[in-house]
Amino acid sequence: MDIVYTIWLRNMTRYLRSKSRIVGSLGMPLFFLVVLGFGLNSTVSIPGMGQGYIGFIIPGIISMSVLFTSVFSGIQIIWDKQFGFLKETLVAPVSRLEIMLGQTFGGATSAVLQGLIILVLSLFIGLKITSVSGFLIAFAFMLLIGLSFTAFGIAIASRMEDMQGFQLIINFVIFPIFGLSGALFPIDRLPSWMKVLTLLDPLTYGVEGIRYGLSGTSQIHPVFSFAVLTGFTVFIVVMGAYLFRKINV
Amino acid sequence: MTAIQVENLTKRFNGFVAVDNISFSINSSEIFGLLGPNGAGKSTTMAMLSTMLKPTSGSASVNNFDILKNEDDVRKSIGIVFQDPSLDEELTAYENMDFHGRLYRVPKKIRQKNIIELLKLVELEKRKDNLVKTFSGGMRRRLEIARGLLHEPRVLFLDEPTLGLDSQTRNLLWEYIEKLSKEKGITIILTTHYMEEADRLCDRVAIIDQGKIIALDTPEKLKEGIGGDVITIKSPDCDRLYSKINTLPWVTYAEPHNGSVTISLQNAEKHVAEIVNLASGDGIAIDSISIHEPTLEDVFLHFTGRAIRDEKSSSKDHIRMMRSVRRR
Repeated sequence: MDIVYTIWLRNMTRYLRSKSRIVGSLGMPLFFLVVLGFGLNSTVSIPGMGQGYIGFIIPGIISMSVLFTSVFSGIQIIWDKQFGFLKETLVAPVSRLEIMLGQTFGGATSAVLQGLIILVLSLFIGLKITSVSGFLIAFAFMLLIGLSFTAFGIAIASRMEDMQGFQLIINFVIFPIFGLSGALFPIDRLPSWMKVLTLLDPLTYGVEGIRYGLSGTSQIHPVFSFAVLTGFTVFIVVMGAYLFRKINV
Repeated sequence: MTAIQVENLTKRFNGFVAVDNISFSINSSEIFGLLGPNGAGKSTTMAMLSTMLKPTSGSASVNNFDILKNEDDVRKSIGIVFQDPSLDEELTAYENMDFHGRLYRVPKKIRQKNIIELLKLVELEKRKDNLVKTFSGGMRRRLEIARGLLHEPRVLFLDEPTLGLDSQTRNLLWEYIEKLSKEKGITIILTTHYMEEADRLCDRVAIIDQGKIIALDTPEKLKEGIGGDVITIKSPDCDRLYSKINTLPWVTYAEPHNGSVTISLQNAEKHVAEIVNLASGDGIAIDSISIHEPTLEDVFLHFTGRAIRDEKSSSKDHIRMMRSVRRR
C-alpha cells in the first residue's frame, strides 16, 4: 500500500502544482454548461425534470469533466515514458500492479476534484443539492467514472509509443463516449439503434447515477447503473493492469 | 570479493546479436568501464544486469543475487543512472529524491538524513526546493547520481554518465564519481564511448565491440600492450603510405583509417625522419604527423581496425545531445 500511496502522492503533487491545467481543463465543461445550458434552456424542456435543461445537463457536464481529466491522467504515462521518468519507477523493486494502482487512484482523485469544482460552480447557476445522501451517491458515481477511465487511459497509454495517436483517441474514442452517454439529451426517446449505443456506453450509467444523486430522478434505475459501472470499473482496472504489466520502455 | 559475475551472457533481438556470449567479473569497490562505440552492446549489457531486460542465454549475478531468479534483490542492491534523463521535471530536487526513497522503502528518518547528505555531496543542497525543470544538464546528472545512491546500493550503474555535457561539467562529474568511489567504497560500473572518461576513471576497462569483449585490463596495461609509441600521419594518399610503412621492420603495427595511418613502434622520435624521407621519396604528401603515447583510442584501433570516433553517432544520440543542449 505504501507504494500505491507514493505514486498517488506524486500525482497529487503534480496536480496541485499545475494551476493552469486545473483552470484550463475547466474551460470546455464550463463552455458546454453555459452555452448549451443557457442557449437551449428556453427552447428545450425535458419531461419529468423540474430544473429545466440546465438542471438536466449539469450531471452530464460533471461527468464530462471527470471523464476527460481521468483519461488524460491515465494517458500521462506516455509523457512519463517520453521524459524517461517511467523507467525510474519500473526499475525499482516494486510490482507493476502497485504502480498501476497508484496511477489509477491518483488520476481518479484529480478527476473527482475537477468534477467537484464543476459541481460547486453549478450551485451558482441553479443546482440545488437537496440531501447529503444524494450528494454522496453522486460522489460515488464520480469516483467510479474517475477510476474506470483513468485505468482506461493507462490501458491505451500502455499500447501507445508516443503522443502521435493522442488526437485520434480524443476524437474517435473519448468524444463518442461523452456524446453517446446521455449527458446532453434524455435517452428514452432516442431512435432504437442509437439507444443501443448509449446503453453500451459505460459513461451513460455514470451520468445517470450522478443525475439520480443530484436531482432524484433518472431514466435508469440507480442500483442497475451502480452495478454496471462497478462491473466496468473492475473489468477495465484488471485490463489496464494486464496491459501495463507488458509496457516496454 | 566479487560484485558482479557474468557468464556467457547473450542477447538477441530478432536474430540480431546485441551482446555475444560475454563473460567477466567485477570486484567490489572497483570502477569498471565498458568502453565501446554506439551500438556495441554496452547499454544492453547494463539493462540485463539491472534486470530491465531478460538475457537470451547465459547467466549473471549482482551482489551474489541471480539476475533471473532474484530480480527484486538485485534491484534493491543497485542504483542506476540511465543514459536518458529520468527525473520528474515538475517536482523539486527534494521531491524527486523523496519519491525514490519511498519507492525503495527507505525508512523516513534515514530517508530524510540521506537526502540532505547526498544533496550536499553533489552540491545541490541549496537548490533542493527548486523544480528540476530549472536545472542545467549537469545539475540533473548530479541529482540523478545522488538519487541512485539514496537507498545505499552496493553497486552503482552509470550509463554514459557524461553524454552531452560540456567538458567543464564533465570534469566536475568525474570528480564526484571519484569521490564517491573513494568515500563510499561502492562498486561502480559505467559505460562510455569517451576514451578519456574510461582512462581517467576506471580501474579496469572492458573494450566491447559488436557485442563482444575484445580486451579487458587496466587502462595502463591495455596501453602498454600495444607497445611503445604511436605515430599518426594524416595524408591524402594514406593507402599507399600504409603499404609502404607496413613492411618496415621496426613497425610493430600499422593501420590505415579515415585518411590517416596509425603506427605503433618503439622509439618513435628516431624513426619519424625516416618515414618523412620515405614518403617524400615516393611523392606521397603528408598533411600532419603526431607522436604520442598510446591512448585507449589506439588500443581500440589496434583491436578493431577502426577508430571509435569514426563511428557515426546514431540519430537517437543526436537527438539526446540536442535535448541536453537546449536545456542549458
